[in-house]
Amino acid sequence: MFRTALRNVLAHKARLLMTVLAVMLGVAFVSGTLVFTDTLSHAFRSQSAKSYDDVAVAVTSLGNEYDPAETHPGVSQKTLDEIRGLDGVAAAYGRVDGFAGVADPNGKLIGAGWSNKGSNFDPGKDGKDSAYTFTDGEGPLKADEIALDKDSAAKGEYKVGDRVRVATNGPVKEYTLSGIFTTKDGAVNAGGSLVLFDTAVAQEQYLKPGWYRNVTVTAAPGTDDAKLLDAVEPLLPENAEAKTGQAVADEQAEEIEQGLGALKQVLLGFAGIALFVGVFLISNTFSMLVAQRTRELALMRAVGASRRQITRSVLLEAGVVGAIASAVGFVLGVGLALGLRSGMAAFEMKIPAGPLVVTPTPVIAALAVGVLITMFAAWLPGRRAAKIPPVAAMNSVHAVATTKSLVVRNSIGAFVTAVGAVVIVWGAGMGGDGGRLRIAAGAFFALIGVIILIPLLSRPVIALIRPILTGPFGVAGKLAGQNAVRNPRRTGATASALAIGLTLVTGLSVLGVTVGKALDKMATDNIKADYMVSMANGGDLDRSAVTALEKVKGATAVSPQQAVQFELKKPGTGEKIFMAGSAVKAGDIERVLKVDVVQGSADSLANGQIAVAEKTAKKRGWKVGTALPVTFADEKQATLTIGAIYKDSEFLSPTLLDTKVVNEHETKPSIRQVFVKMAGGQSEANEKALLGALGENPAIRLMDHQDIRDEFGGTINMMLNILYGLLAMALIIAVLGVVNTLAMSVFERQQEIGMLRAIGLDRRRVKRMVRLEAVVISLFGALIGIGLGVFLGWAIGETLKAALTGYALVLPWDRIAIFLVLAGLVGVLASLWPARSAAKLNMLNAIKTE
Amino acid sequence: MTTTTPSGVQTAARTTATAAVAARATDLTKVYGQGETQVVALDGVSVDFRKAEFTAIMGPSGSGKSTLMHCVAGLDSISSGSARIGDTELTGLKDKQLTKLRRDKIGFIFQAFNLLPTLNALENITLPMDIAGRKPDQAWLDTVVETVGLSGRLKHRPTELSGGQQQRVAVARALAGRPEIMFADEPTGNLDSRSGAEVLGFLRNSVRELGQTVVMVTHDPVAASYADRVVFLADGRIVDEMADPTADRVLDRMKDFDAKGRTS
Repeated sequence: MFRTALRNVLAHKARLLMTVLAVMLGVAFVSGTLVFTDTLSHAFRSQSAKSYDDVAVAVTSLGNEYDPAETHPGVSQKTLDEIRGLDGVAAAYGRVDGFAGVADPNGKLIGAGWSNKGSNFDPGKDGKDSAYTFTDGEGPLKADEIALDKDSAAKGEYKVGDRVRVATNGPVKEYTLSGIFTTKDGAVNAGGSLVLFDTAVAQEQYLKPGWYRNVTVTAAPGTDDAKLLDAVEPLLPENAEAKTGQAVADEQAEEIEQGLGALKQVLLGFAGIALFVGVFLISNTFSMLVAQRTRELALMRAVGASRRQITRSVLLEAGVVGAIASAVGFVLGVGLALGLRSGMAAFEMKIPAGPLVVTPTPVIAALAVGVLITMFAAWLPGRRAAKIPPVAAMNSVHAVATTKSLVVRNSIGAFVTAVGAVVIVWGAGMGGDGGRLRIAAGAFFALIGVIILIPLLSRPVIALIRPILTGPFGVAGKLAGQNAVRNPRRTGATASALAIGLTLVTGLSVLGVTVGKALDKMATDNIKADYMVSMANGGDLDRSAVTALEKVKGATAVSPQQAVQFELKKPGTGEKIFMAGSAVKAGDIERVLKVDVVQGSADSLANGQIAVAEKTAKKRGWKVGTALPVTFADEKQATLTIGAIYKDSEFLSPTLLDTKVVNEHETKPSIRQVFVKMAGGQSEANEKALLGALGENPAIRLMDHQDIRDEFGGTINMMLNILYGLLAMALIIAVLGVVNTLAMSVFERQQEIGMLRAIGLDRRRVKRMVRLEAVVISLFGALIGIGLGVFLGWAIGETLKAALTGYALVLPWDRIAIFLVLAGLVGVLASLWPARSAAKLNMLNAIKTE
Repeated sequence: MTTTTPSGVQTAARTTATAAVAARATDLTKVYGQGETQVVALDGVSVDFRKAEFTAIMGPSGSGKSTLMHCVAGLDSISSGSARIGDTELTGLKDKQLTKLRRDKIGFIFQAFNLLPTLNALENITLPMDIAGRKPDQAWLDTVVETVGLSGRLKHRPTELSGGQQQRVAVARALAGRPEIMFADEPTGNLDSRSGAEVLGFLRNSVRELGQTVVMVTHDPVAASYADRVVFLADGRIVDEMADPTADRVLDRMKDFDAKGRTS
């Protein structure tokens, strides 16, 4: 039996090619993902292990730098000296760090979008800091000196002695480059930039003179890390904790693993879809092979093979095909992993060098997935093969395929689809995360249901397409339309591949475009300012930036959005409530953002009163005039009277205060954005003036209206683009599926095609007939997928309604049109080969009955 | 016998050359394969098929009767010699021209009915005209449908028709385009004797009453007896010809081949 299975595989190489390709793609994705993430995690692990190599104990302070009352904002110089004095300590380095952006000679941020860090150079008695190895020059020892990591220096083409502009949260300053170094720091090795300041400068900028945020301790030879840890711990203030270097390295590795987990899941998702879609293709191929070999199989039965043996031989054949495909797929996967790694480098995400790691897991996973999926998909065709009666071997006339009733299948399909649809609608009505979860479950059922139901749907849906065919394409179009519905099961299975892919992609497109439009509308409706200023790294702006902007000639309104937190005592119970709010500039805020006051007046902000959002006020039972006893961050208390109540908006915090009220309580204000309205609106001159006022700071971003809209919608577009990769995947497999089906149809209809050729259908039109059939099947799948996708997009959109004001369903007709065109192209592309072979068919062989 | 007949046939061909000829093969040779596996299917065959005549081609299995029909009908290529439909020489025609010729001038009836299962009877009948993009001549179509007796069943799909009815649809399809010549390849091979007789009757009527030309390949002496003339083929050559055949005479003639086959 094994030999016959093997022979069959060899005899149908071409036919099986599609199956092999489909399995191969899926397996390549699975193994590629696994190998890639293994390699990545190994590289990062060894990297972080290396960077903590000689660290015996690491101390981290949890001090709050924003709190002026904080007595221990970090680790003091005194504590550091005490640690240095301990037995067994070879050296201890104090570290303060924070954001530091380096400008290249053109004023652009080096290493934008990635980690931009600044830290201090802490030389020991030997004048060296063991964390940094200088390849050129030396560490910064004066206030106006800095050192740069080698890659950043290279990117900015800086040499020792050059003047370099560096921005921290404050204004930009120019420093002299004293040295260029390499380090084992993970972020730097992953492509981030690192600036080293003199310790005093770094402390001043990031914390408080005389204080450090971290301490790293290296041990003298022969000292136990754990013992050193025990010795260090008693010296530390309450809000600092110490760990051994090993523990920190492990923690980092853990974080890296988690970070990669998400990536792994996304990639495996792609693989899963590829395999899911592949199942239909494989199943179709084996049905075809079985149909072709009806006589042969019947002969085997006639000479004594049992049904079980027949099934087993088909499964065995599938197993062999699966194994071959998996092996090739695995090799392809390793290549894919290598490609991904170099691909990430292109996005300035440097991955630490390391060997390609191939553990047994991906090897086993690849083989298991490939072989089992193929055998699973071949199981039904195998059973069908076993049902061929021995007498079929004797029948000279083509055994007419008994079209089994689809009643059972349709009933099941209708039921499952209905259940899915009901759950989706239920979830849509419910909203929120729970609703979305139900929609996801419902979507799964609906998709399965539609796939079961797809043969039934083929007739009415294709009937819709048919008029387009018969008109311009005449008799070839008419025959193609009819051929497409001749074997509903096969047409359905073929169309399923496209339907699944397009359901996902359409759903996400609808959602993405809808949400994008809503966000866009929101931004346009709410932002009256011409410009928004923020830090490139998403951090806080310095107060000096606000002052600088206020002084710009032509600035008519300037207001920060400054995050504020205060406590509120609940009357009666004494329970404390934390309130979040924004400090803004009274008067100007209304000119830069839409503040829809429903009660009271926004002018009251200028009088030191507080404004509250409508929903919050309702929830707490507050009205205009309510007095709120608040405690600010510095523990000082005040009573604020509500002067206005405004409509909730995504751009406004639940409470608004004037900066004057807040600033005396905060030393380091958390200024997220500053909105500016300029006389003359958006213009190049205004932009220049603003940038000049900010000192052409590379770390500060100036965004105009369009930039703000892109900021909101941009991420969505990027997500969509990634997801279109998924469509490509589904399309490739769909092409293979359509090729398969057509090849089978052409084979089955040899006689018919021969007759058509004999009575005068020319080759061109025979080709056209086959091509149109492919297009019809593809469009059918696309229509089903798009329909289901729009439904899902609508359902998920409904759950977002509450969270997004101005939500309105937008159908991206342009994209849907593109999907349809792509589906049509899939058909044309897939039919190239089958159409050719149909046209080349020898008429005489086709007409002869024997 | 084989030594005397070829000359006889050639005389017959020459005498009828002046009458209207629908199709003609001259010194037609068809060779399959190359070298040692080479098979000569037709060996210098010359024959005329006259207009408004019902000709049957007979011969034992492997005699080349189907090949002769395929070559003359432009379904298969010719190794040497010539084949004509009307005034058109088939040798040297491109596939496109051959296709057009078949579409416009020839009607086909096959053993295995060869109807499109997706089309109903009427659509199957008008298929060649659909392909050509011509409107069927309604009056003629009615006559044809009437002749083959399908009036009540035009909306039926082939699967809803009996074998005899299916073959009648095929006959109607071949007739509907008013071809210059109709070729039928074992048209009764898959039919019971009664349905077979019906179909043969229609073929004869189409010649007698509608003035059509029919060439039929068969190995059934009864079928051949419906023809006006029988041409006998053996080993790729024309060996005999019989006018106004009866089943018995044809059978006797065929028995000779068998006897010869067995003795030589």
